[in-house]
Amino acid sequence: MQSGARTPTRRQLLSAIAKVGGTAALYQAMTSLGHAAETRFPGPPNLQGARPGASVVVLGAGLAGLLAAFELRKAGYKVQILEFQNRPGGRNWSLRGGDTYTELGGATQKVGYAAGNYFNPGPWRIPHHHRTLLHYCKQFGVALEPFIQFNHSGWIHSSQAFGGKPVRFNAAAADFEGNIAELLAKSVNAKALDDAVTPEDRERLLEALKGWGMLDKDYKYAASLRTSSHRGFKRPGGGGVDGAPIPSDDLYSLHDVLDPQVWTSMGFFMNHEMQTTMFQPVGGMDMIGKAFAKQVEGLITYNAKVSKIAQDDKGVVVTYADTVTGKVTEAKGDWCVCTIPLGILGQMDLAVTDEMMAAIKAVPYSGQVKMGLEMNRRFWEEDDDIYGGHSFTDQEIGLISYPNNNLFQDGPAVLLGAFARDLGAFRLAGMTPEQRIEVALAQGSVIHPKSYRKEFRTGASVAWSRVPWTLGCCARWNEETRKQHYQTLVAMDRRIVLAGEHASYVGCWMEGALLSSLDAITRLHKRALSA
Amino acid sequence: MRKLLLLTATLMAAPAFAQDSAGGVVRVEKPVTGEQVYGAVCQACHMADAKGAVGAGTIPGLASNPKLAGAAYPIMVVARGQGAMPGFAGSLSNAQMAEAVTYVRTHFGNSYAKPVTEADVAKFAKPPSAGGH
Repeated sequence: MQSGARTPTRRQLLSAIAKVGGTAALYQAMTSLGHAAETRFPGPPNLQGARPGASVVVLGAGLAGLLAAFELRKAGYKVQILEFQNRPGGRNWSLRGGDTYTELGGATQKVGYAAGNYFNPGPWRIPHHHRTLLHYCKQFGVALEPFIQFNHSGWIHSSQAFGGKPVRFNAAAADFEGNIAELLAKSVNAKALDDAVTPEDRERLLEALKGWGMLDKDYKYAASLRTSSHRGFKRPGGGGVDGAPIPSDDLYSLHDVLDPQVWTSMGFFMNHEMQTTMFQPVGGMDMIGKAFAKQVEGLITYNAKVSKIAQDDKGVVVTYADTVTGKVTEAKGDWCVCTIPLGILGQMDLAVTDEMMAAIKAVPYSGQVKMGLEMNRRFWEEDDDIYGGHSFTDQEIGLISYPNNNLFQDGPAVLLGAFARDLGAFRLAGMTPEQRIEVALAQGSVIHPKSYRKEFRTGASVAWSRVPWTLGCCARWNEETRKQHYQTLVAMDRRIVLAGEHASYVGCWMEGALLSSLDAITRLHKRALSA
Repeated sequence: MRKLLLLTATLMAAPAFAQDSAGGVVRVEKPVTGEQVYGAVCQACHMADAKGAVGAGTIPGLASNPKLAGAAYPIMVVARGQGAMPGFAGSLSNAQMAEAVTYVRTHFGNSYAKPVTEADVAKFAKPPSAGGH
C-alpha cells in the first residue's frame, strides 16, 4: 500500500491544479475526477492585485452584492455598498416577533411571534448541491441544520379527487404506482408491448412491476399486507395478543390517483433542485445575510435610494437619496457592480447601451405570497405524526410546510401557511394582510380541520409583488428572452456589470445570485487590470 | 359548478431549472367580470384604489391616468407586460384581459367609455414561449 505522504490527496491535487491552471482548469479536473458534476462552483475566486486606489461601488446589499464586496475588497479594491433598506441580506430575510413590515400600499404588520420563532418570507431551503452557498456558509460560520424536504406522512389535498378530503402522501403515491404497475403488467401480459420489449426483458419487466408496484401473483394491485407496507395499515403491527397487523382495504381508485395533484406532488421531489438532502440555517434564513454583512462591516450605506447611474471613461457616479433625511449624495468609483432587481433598475436613469436597457426591461418578475402562521401547539406532530416536510393542496395557499426545528417542543411554533404562486398569489397579494390570514386559515383548515383555527395565535404575510425594494420575487426568463437578452444583460457595459439571481441560470435561488456575483467580479477584475 | 382554472408549472414544458415553488397543482376560481379580474389580479400591484405605490421603484397608478385614453397602450401592457410586470397573454384569456382593461378605463377617475373587445386584445396577445422560470 502506498504511503499517504507520497501520494497527494485528492484535495492536494486539486489545489495544485487550481494554482497552476486557475479555477477553470480546476473545474475541469474536478469533473474528470468524478466530482462537481452537480455544481458550477470551482472554489472561491482568489482575485488578487487590484491596481492601487482602484474602487468599486456595489449597489445592493443582498447576497450577490455582499459577496462581490467581500471578494473585491480582499483583492485590494476600495469598496462602498449602497443599500435601499436599513438591513443587509436583501431577499435573504426572516421576520421575528417585534419586527414591523410595511408593504407597498402602506399596510403595516407588527409581527407577534413568540421569542425564538421566525418566518422566512424569501429563500427557506438550500439544496445540497448549491456548493457556493454552502462553501461561504461554512467559511462565515453559519450553522446549518437539515430541512426536512420529503415527508411521506404529509397530506395531499385535491378539491377534485378523494371526495375533496386530504389523503396521506404515502397512500396516494403507493396507489398511483400500484395502479400504473398493474396496467403496465396487463399490457405486457396481453402482448401489447412485444414489439418494444425483448422476451428476456419482458420477464424482467414483469418482475420489476410486481416488486416495485406491490402486485400480487396475478399482477393485481389489491389490499394486502404487502401493499400496506407502502401505503400504511388499517391497524399496524403491535405487540402481544392483538399484535397482528390488519391491511388497509380502502385503496384509492385509479381515477382519484390520476388527479394531477398526486403525480405533480410526487414529481416535485424528482426535481434536481428539490432533491434531498436540503438545509436551513439554524435560527432563521437571515443568519446568512447577517454573516455575509459582518464580513464587510462598515462598507454599507443603508437607506440609500439610487436614482441615477452615470459612467464615462474615468469612472462611475451613482446618485442616491437618503430615504430618512432626503439628502442627495453622489458615490463615485472606478467600477460598479449593480445587483438592483431589474424591475427597479429599469426605472432609473442609467448610462448604459440601448441594448442593455432593453435587456433590463425585458424580464418580468414573479409575485409569490408566503405566510407564517404561529400555532399554540404542534398539532401536526402530536395528532398527525408529521415532523417537518410539506402537505400539498390545490387551493391558493399551495401548501402547508411544517417547522423543521425544535421538534417535540411545547409552546408556539410557526408553520408556513401559504406559498402561493401565479394567479393564486395575485389574488392573495391584492388582499389586506388580515384578509390573507383569514384565507390561509380557511384553506389550511381543510387539511387540519380540528386544530387549525383553534390553535392559531398570530400570523404574518409577505406578498412579493408589494415588497418595496424588489417589486417581485424572482426574475422570470423564458426561452425567447434568454436568447434575445441574456448575454447582453450579463456582459460588462463599460464600467458597470450586473449581478444577482436575475443574471444566472439558477434563477430564484441564492446559489444563482452568488454564482452570478463571482462570475461578474472575476470579469470586472480582469477588465480593471487590462484597462 | 364553480369554474376552476388549473395552474401548474410542471404540466408545462419543464424548464432546465425549477424556481423554488410549492409543488403540486393549484386551482383558482376564474374571475370573469372586469371588476373580478381587477380584484383577483391587477390589484396585487396597482392596489385596490388603483393608485399604485412608491418604494425603491414605482408601481404606476392607473387612477385618473391620461395614458389610458387610447385603448391600445393598456391592452399592450396587459398582454405583453412591461418591466417587472408580466404579460398576461397565456395566463388570462383575451376576454378576461378585455374586461379588465374596460373596467380600469371606466373606473378610478377614468371615463373612456368605449368597451375593449376580445378582438381588440387578440391583436396584441401572443402567449409567451414555454420554459419560463
